[in-house]
Amino acid sequence: MEIAEITKQRIKAHLAKGMRFDGRTPMQYRPITIETGVSKKAEGSAKVRIGETEVWAGVKLGTSIPFGDSPKSGTLMVTAEFSPMASEKFERGPPSIESIELARIVDRGIRESDLIDLDKLCIKEGEKVWCVFVDIYPINDAGNLADAAALAAIVAIKTAVFPEYKNDKINFGVFTDKHLPLGEYVPFTMTFHKIGDQLIVDPTVQEGEASEAHLTISVSSSKKGEFVHAMQKAKDITMSVEEVNSIIDHAVKEFKVIQKAFEDATK
Amino acid sequence: MAYTKRFDGRKADQMREVEAKVGVVPRADGSAMFKFGDTIAIAAVYGPRHLHPQFLQDPQQGIIRCSYDMISFSVTERKRPGPARRSQEISDVTARSLEPVLLLSQFPNTVIDVFINIVQADAGTRCAGINAASLALAHAGIPMTDLVGAISVGSLGGSVVVDLTKEEEDYEEDGEKAATDIPMAFTLRDKKISLLQLDGKVKPEDLKKAIEAGRKASEAIYEIQKEALRGLK
Repeated sequence: MEIAEITKQRIKAHLAKGMRFDGRTPMQYRPITIETGVSKKAEGSAKVRIGETEVWAGVKLGTSIPFGDSPKSGTLMVTAEFSPMASEKFERGPPSIESIELARIVDRGIRESDLIDLDKLCIKEGEKVWCVFVDIYPINDAGNLADAAALAAIVAIKTAVFPEYKNDKINFGVFTDKHLPLGEYVPFTMTFHKIGDQLIVDPTVQEGEASEAHLTISVSSSKKGEFVHAMQKAKDITMSVEEVNSIIDHAVKEFKVIQKAFEDATK
Repeated sequence: MAYTKRFDGRKADQMREVEAKVGVVPRADGSAMFKFGDTIAIAAVYGPRHLHPQFLQDPQQGIIRCSYDMISFSVTERKRPGPARRSQEISDVTARSLEPVLLLSQFPNTVIDVFINIVQADAGTRCAGINAASLALAHAGIPMTDLVGAISVGSLGGSVVVDLTKEEEDYEEDGEKAATDIPMAFTLRDKKISLLQLDGKVKPEDLKKAIEAGRKASEAIYEIQKEALRGLK
């Protein structure tokens, strides 16, 4: 059920004074907890909780024929399945546009940052390469699925190992201790929501419904400084250039909370 | 050659380590996790709620709809996301196994939706799913006359064993498949059968033994389910 207009007004009025219903500051996340290795059958897997929001992500490997224009590169596929388990708002049936958009945002952050070095996933040029499947499953939607999904995906990738490969085929279920080839940039994804004139991160369900526009941004940090790898503005309210600039400034400052959760979980 | 010593050293009538917990999906009206060893199922219940499309509505009673699915990385070789013939059939037999204990006549024109995700699979997934769903329905406060407990019983080369693992499901003798898998569910106070499936090749007298072994195992599941629900208001 959509929240009442009056609740939206109260959320907005509170935010104008820098306050949120649960006592957080506008740029404060709920507690983030991460478990790794949640499925013994996956090459890599993670469960991320942000407050009561829970998302699982898993990495499975397979082999396939490479694309014609990149005969030496492995492939990456990211999917998200919005199971109606996670929210009364998700319907059964084919993937919704929301789940496709979420998967594509996560995909772009991973792909454009070269988190996985796909060029090192060649088995035989032009004939056989590894394909990396990253599948995302929200289990409980208590707001901000996007950031939880993106975080679960990168943790699953970071912890993933190759299955045994012998006599030209994968021995499924037998794992090696060899990790996926990773690049130097890790994309940390945050979504900024505009409610009235205020910007917040990590909305609750109510705040998410009061949100008028949001911008998802993937940022990495390395010796070469910070880079932005992916962005997506959603909903039908415009944002001013100043607002977007302010989000970029916030993102390169605030991503550290996600980076810390990631590093603690994958130490 | 008979299957007398189980691969994982369990006794014939011994289930794997079982764990049950309710409230794992806070947004749902009711939810539960149920684990048989390495098989883990999560179930969430929404409803009774408005039923669309309208022609499915029954003015005499509510209906129960189940959606069973395995997540892509719950198995060793990636499962394509989304429903398939297998999952649709299991969804249906799951709903039929739970329906007898629900007082659906109290909720005409509505639907109770049960969503089951298998997050890690090592055989017995539909049974773990039914056990989780039974708990989730109770957790949601749906009026029920009973709980439902499901267990898969196998006949391996003529030996009856409960709660098969994947390795046991694939058991062979002389290069031939020699395992018969018999998933079954019981209403737990009434001790009636609400799910019974079989695939394999089994002698009638072994089948009867298997059903009796399943009934006994369901008593243990009943205790675990009651324990998981204890303390709820």
